[in-house]
Amino acid sequence: MLRENITELKHLLIQDAGLVEDMISRSMRGLLEKNPDMLYEVVKHQEPRVNAYDRSIDEMCVQTIAQFEPVAKDLRLVVMIIKMNKDLERMADHAVNISESGLYLIANPFLGSYDDLRFMGDNTVSMLKDAINAFVNEDVKLAQAICDRDNIVDEAGDKILKNLTEVMRAKKDIVPRALALMRIAHNLERIADLSTNISEEVVYIVEGRDIKHHKSERHE
Amino acid sequence: MNLKGSIKVNSLNFYYGAHHALKNISIIVEPGQIVAMIGPSGCGKSTLLRLFNRMNDLIPSSRVEGEILIDGVNIYDKNMDVVSLRRRVGMVFQKSTPFPKSIYDNIAYGLKIVGIKDRRILAETVERSLKRAALWDEVKDHLGKSAMSLSGGQQQRLCIARAIAVSPEIILMDEPCSALDPIATARIEELMGTLKDEYTIVIVTHNMQQAARVSDKTAFLMHGQIIEFTKTTDFFTKPSNKITEDYITGRFG
Amino acid sequence: MKEMIQKSFERTRLRREIWEKSMVVVLFLCAIFVLFILFNILWHLIVQGISSLNLDFFTHLPKAVGESGGGMANAIVGTFVLLILAVCVGVPMGLGAGIYLSEFAHQGFAQTVRFMTDVMNGIPSIVFGIFAYTICVMPMKTFSAISGGLALGLMMIPMITRTSEQFIKMVPNQLREAGLALGIPQWRVILDIVLPTAIGGIMTGIMVALARVAGETAPLLFTAFGNRYYAHSLTQPIAALPLQVFDYAISPFDDWHRQAWAGAVVLIGMVFLINIWAQYFVASRNRWMSGK
Repeated sequence: MLRENITELKHLLIQDAGLVEDMISRSMRGLLEKNPDMLYEVVKHQEPRVNAYDRSIDEMCVQTIAQFEPVAKDLRLVVMIIKMNKDLERMADHAVNISESGLYLIANPFLGSYDDLRFMGDNTVSMLKDAINAFVNEDVKLAQAICDRDNIVDEAGDKILKNLTEVMRAKKDIVPRALALMRIAHNLERIADLSTNISEEVVYIVEGRDIKHHKSERHE
Repeated sequence: MNLKGSIKVNSLNFYYGAHHALKNISIIVEPGQIVAMIGPSGCGKSTLLRLFNRMNDLIPSSRVEGEILIDGVNIYDKNMDVVSLRRRVGMVFQKSTPFPKSIYDNIAYGLKIVGIKDRRILAETVERSLKRAALWDEVKDHLGKSAMSLSGGQQQRLCIARAIAVSPEIILMDEPCSALDPIATARIEELMGTLKDEYTIVIVTHNMQQAARVSDKTAFLMHGQIIEFTKTTDFFTKPSNKITEDYITGRFG
Repeated sequence: MKEMIQKSFERTRLRREIWEKSMVVVLFLCAIFVLFILFNILWHLIVQGISSLNLDFFTHLPKAVGESGGGMANAIVGTFVLLILAVCVGVPMGLGAGIYLSEFAHQGFAQTVRFMTDVMNGIPSIVFGIFAYTICVMPMKTFSAISGGLALGLMMIPMITRTSEQFIKMVPNQLREAGLALGIPQWRVILDIVLPTAIGGIMTGIMVALARVAGETAPLLFTAFGNRYYAHSLTQPIAALPLQVFDYAISPFDDWHRQAWAGAVVLIGMVFLINIWAQYFVASRNRWMSGK
């Protein structure tokens, strides 16, 4: 019946999210520790598993709606799970992008400090972690706080961009590597955005309140 | 796990006088499944349900062709004992039908009539059946009260308990919730979910959503024919027949 | 157009209201009139018969012709006996026919029987007396309680058949099917499920029939015949209240006239008590059914 279905859906989504989170932190660690095996793991093994989750969660959502016509919170939950599933699948793609760029960077001479990138990566991963926790515990406060942390990642990204622009002006031959780095930063930014989406979706599930696109309403 | 209670319908035709009510029906119901039958009024779904325990015997000028095998035995065979068939194939009706007796006697009646007199066995069966039908806690302190004094939903669960008491393999339900409010309906549906590990259930319902919620497989009938018979999840997400799709999306009927 | 309709509504308003009110008053008067007649009869009976309504009346046999005093104990007992006999004849046959008509009969046959029962209902009561005389009194060569009970019982049959058929038909069909679906044979379904469900209506029908025949005089004239003493067997003539009332009423004695009035009061009282008992039975059953 509906209860069992929803429990199973939640369960699947949490597993999926855990996998995606692992992909992101693994792709960052692979780069920072110069470990190509970790990056291959993300690209070759983890990504297909996320795709499988994506399909089965989608199918189960459709079935749940068709069979049980959920309403109110159940309806919000099922519809948001469809969205979160999409968000997670996108994140997994970004993690793959990071890993690919990472592989390129490892194969080439070191470009300098990755401190900013590390900072950005840590923040991004912790945002996703908290977003998942907010979902599991239906914690609206935590979810709202995550939305605010998006700025930190964005600013870190801007900083990396600015630094790299200057470096590229000085030395033309590092442009491909710098672009790879920028790509990683950009992907992390997108992941952070998607974590924000998940948080917004959690608020909608719990309270039925749509806090997207208007920041002033987040703390009502 | 009870492996009894399979139904196999082989090219079945049914006539009321000159009216060809069911046309060339063939379906298989596995033991322990819940099968829902839906379709517009007059499509023959109730008629088909009633063939499973030979309630059609009461209708003069009706005629059955083809066969219905229950656990491999054709129930339209000349040697079939209708009374013992009906014991194996219980039925719950649209309107709750408590007998004008006490709650206890409603359930014990079916046993008493076959000569079971041992009070202990009767009492145990009544208790077990009421528990199975999730009604025991509500009525255990006044089993002597009239069954008519129960609420609609309770009466319907009493009827289920009454059917269970004679230990059937199959329970037929003819729109069991159409007279109940949503909460009582939800309780019956929940009950069906718990009963299916022991009984095969065939339910006729006007409520498509109910079919979607409770059943493992769904049959769609129209003009006396099976249009589609498939897994419920597929039936409501990707019906293979255009007519089915039009019906369940409300484009007609 | 719309205005015209509106205006005509307003114009006729007063007239409509007057009609409305006056019709209600007329109907009320009709109802009062019915009550008035009933109470008038009762009042008349009691006033005329009260002086004879004493313990003797219930416990003593009639005195010899012309003597005052004595009672109608024989007739009271006789009426009871006759009514019991009538129930024994009328209820099984009437109810049985009613069950058959509602549960088994084909449409055409049921229609025919229904029509016949209506005809039978319209047969003058004295004809039933003649019939009972022919088939019972003549062969036995004596007036008897049995023949009286038979005459009254036959009269009850059409009434009981019609009412029990109607009330049994009102039992929802699904209830029968539920019984059959449990594997219960049809005759047990009828006996254990259908009849108990319809019992309230059936009882009411029987009571109405009983009340009607309790007061019958004509069919008893040449069946039960009457008896100034207690009857010691069912094959002897037996007294009955209506007979005795009739006898006394046409006698030349004032005391007997008074006793006739008293007999009528007792007869009505008996019917009334039987009815109250039946009502109580039905009501308490209904109370149990609805769980109060």
